[in-house]
Amino acid sequence: MARLLEVHNLSVGFGNAQPVKGVSFTATPGEMLAIVGESGSGKSLTALGLMGLLPRHAKTGGEIHFDGRDLLKLPEKELRGIRGRDIAMIFQEPMTSLNPVMTIGDQIVEVLRIHEKLNHKQARLRAIELLDLVSIPDAAKRVDDYPHQLSGGMRQRVMIAIAVACSPRLLIADEATTALDVTIQAQVLQLLDRLRSQLNMAVILITHDLGLVAQWADRVVVMYAGRKIEQGLPDVLFETPYHPYTQGLLAASPRLKADYHYRDGPLTEIPGSIVSAAAELGCAFRPRCPVARSACGSSVPALVQLSAEREVACPYVPAIAEASYAASVRR
Amino acid sequence: MKAQQLKIYSGSENEISAGTPELEPDAAPVPGSRWTHIHAPDARTTAVADARRQGRGRELKIFLSNPNALFGIVVLAIIAVAALLAPVLYPGDPLEMVARPFLWPGQNAAYPLGTDSMGRDVLAGILHGAWISLTVGIAATLLGLGVGVTVGALAGYFGGLVDDLLVKLIEIFQTIPSFVLLVVLVAIAQPTTTTVTTAIAIVSWPTVARLTRAEFRAIREKDYVLAARSLGFGHARIIFREILPNALPPLIVTSSVMVASAILMESALSFMGLGDPNRVSWGSMIGSGRDVIRTAWYLTALPGLAIVFTVLALNLIGDGLNDALNPRFSEER
Repeated sequence: MARLLEVHNLSVGFGNAQPVKGVSFTATPGEMLAIVGESGSGKSLTALGLMGLLPRHAKTGGEIHFDGRDLLKLPEKELRGIRGRDIAMIFQEPMTSLNPVMTIGDQIVEVLRIHEKLNHKQARLRAIELLDLVSIPDAAKRVDDYPHQLSGGMRQRVMIAIAVACSPRLLIADEATTALDVTIQAQVLQLLDRLRSQLNMAVILITHDLGLVAQWADRVVVMYAGRKIEQGLPDVLFETPYHPYTQGLLAASPRLKADYHYRDGPLTEIPGSIVSAAAELGCAFRPRCPVARSACGSSVPALVQLSAEREVACPYVPAIAEASYAASVRR
Repeated sequence: MKAQQLKIYSGSENEISAGTPELEPDAAPVPGSRWTHIHAPDARTTAVADARRQGRGRELKIFLSNPNALFGIVVLAIIAVAALLAPVLYPGDPLEMVARPFLWPGQNAAYPLGTDSMGRDVLAGILHGAWISLTVGIAATLLGLGVGVTVGALAGYFGGLVDDLLVKLIEIFQTIPSFVLLVVLVAIAQPTTTTVTTAIAIVSWPTVARLTRAEFRAIREKDYVLAARSLGFGHARIIFREILPNALPPLIVTSSVMVASAILMESALSFMGLGDPNRVSWGSMIGSGRDVIRTAWYLTALPGLAIVFTVLALNLIGDGLNDALNPRFSEER
């Protein structure tokens, strides 16, 4: 299928710091792409960079091709026409992402009137339809509610209704379910999944919850310290993680075992913490890596493509070692 | 309804029945699965009818249940009615000499508050003066608010160079003692009601501008403003629809106090003889009664009381508005 979004070597810098150092990924229509990584790995900055919403003093580099156009080269005015209509975003905090002094209906109507040029009456009817689409009961009455009259889960649904109001082709969900409890989380993801297939949108799910990724994502990108370090299909990636960081992440997530409770023993952890975004020579994961060698400090490991969907950035992963050995033998 | 058919979990028997409309809290527990009689309140089924429809009325209710604010409203209403009735009750020029000078209040039923040193009716002067005080106070406040909000909004929203320039402008005005500037402005221009109003607005807008700028700087960083930007909203829409309504409460509170201080400034100008000489004003009445304060103290006391009550009423209203609109003082938000 044709690619909707192609990100090449996207980087974001603030002064000397470079929190995102060249990330590339693609998204096709109807696909749910997950970007995972711990706090500070550059996920949210990548998302804001895609939307062109970074603060003015941020320096962005690379290319973001959306539907054939490079978003980083578009003037602000054209970008404004794309935001909300072609690319929409859902934010982490449903409690603060809605304007407290406007009814939820008016907030949906406003988007529709900007991008779809509907009159107020048509927009209002469409707003009620949208609230119904995101499973808000009694939408015709609820449309005149203020955000403080809704619970967190309902507010997040309203946020989704606003985001999908103009049937965007790409939806970025930046930790969209992190602030919600688990049952509501499942409802919201189910909703996103349904809308994705109904509207044939690409969804970029930014999260640090591996459980969500395993259940919902079509493809996973693992980020660490501003770089993509591994990519693959979720089943394959979770079955055989190659990169030591991905292995550590999976080992650290609590799992259900019949005769073992996570309180029975110490939790598995990745030692150390994510290094600061400031300059680090070589592999950024080296200080925490169990298999680090001295060569890791000299150069940044390149991403190696193992198969159509599988990429890893660690030269000491056996599969890569074998691949490069095979290549050298053939030569 | 379509909404309720959406399932939460799939698979297991004892799934949490959050979405089913037929909740029966007293249903017998299904054997084999615990907790089925306990249901977490779910957004989709919980009735919130009693909590609704009080969004806008709430502030008004808090405001009106405050006795001080209510007193302020009543006093201000009386003064406003008096100002409106002045041309009806005393159609002539209040500066006209109508009786013998120095009639004390109550001495002559035709002049309930007496007459001044020139034989002018004090009550007529106070009623007509109320009109001047209120119109100057309100007009100067509106003008000051308009300029101040515009400057503050531009500075707070755009930041950077625009902010630097506008803040410098505000600082220039703030470093000049405001009353001295006011006197100079009125002395340069002809002292008419319009110039006095404009001059008061010129010395009072920097306060509003600073307040608006601070509010805009804080609200600009809120998530819903980022969300609005992510939806492709333009600057004007974000300023007027997203930020300004949220910045209004402190501005409303300030403006009621601004009206009070504008009335005081107008009175002070008139007291110094810098007001419009053809219009009677509370300040000018006090000014002309000052010479005879030992023998006819009521000539300064009565217009003085009018000023005190008006300013007190406006300050009480400001306090009441502050309690009603400031989220930190109302426990519900």
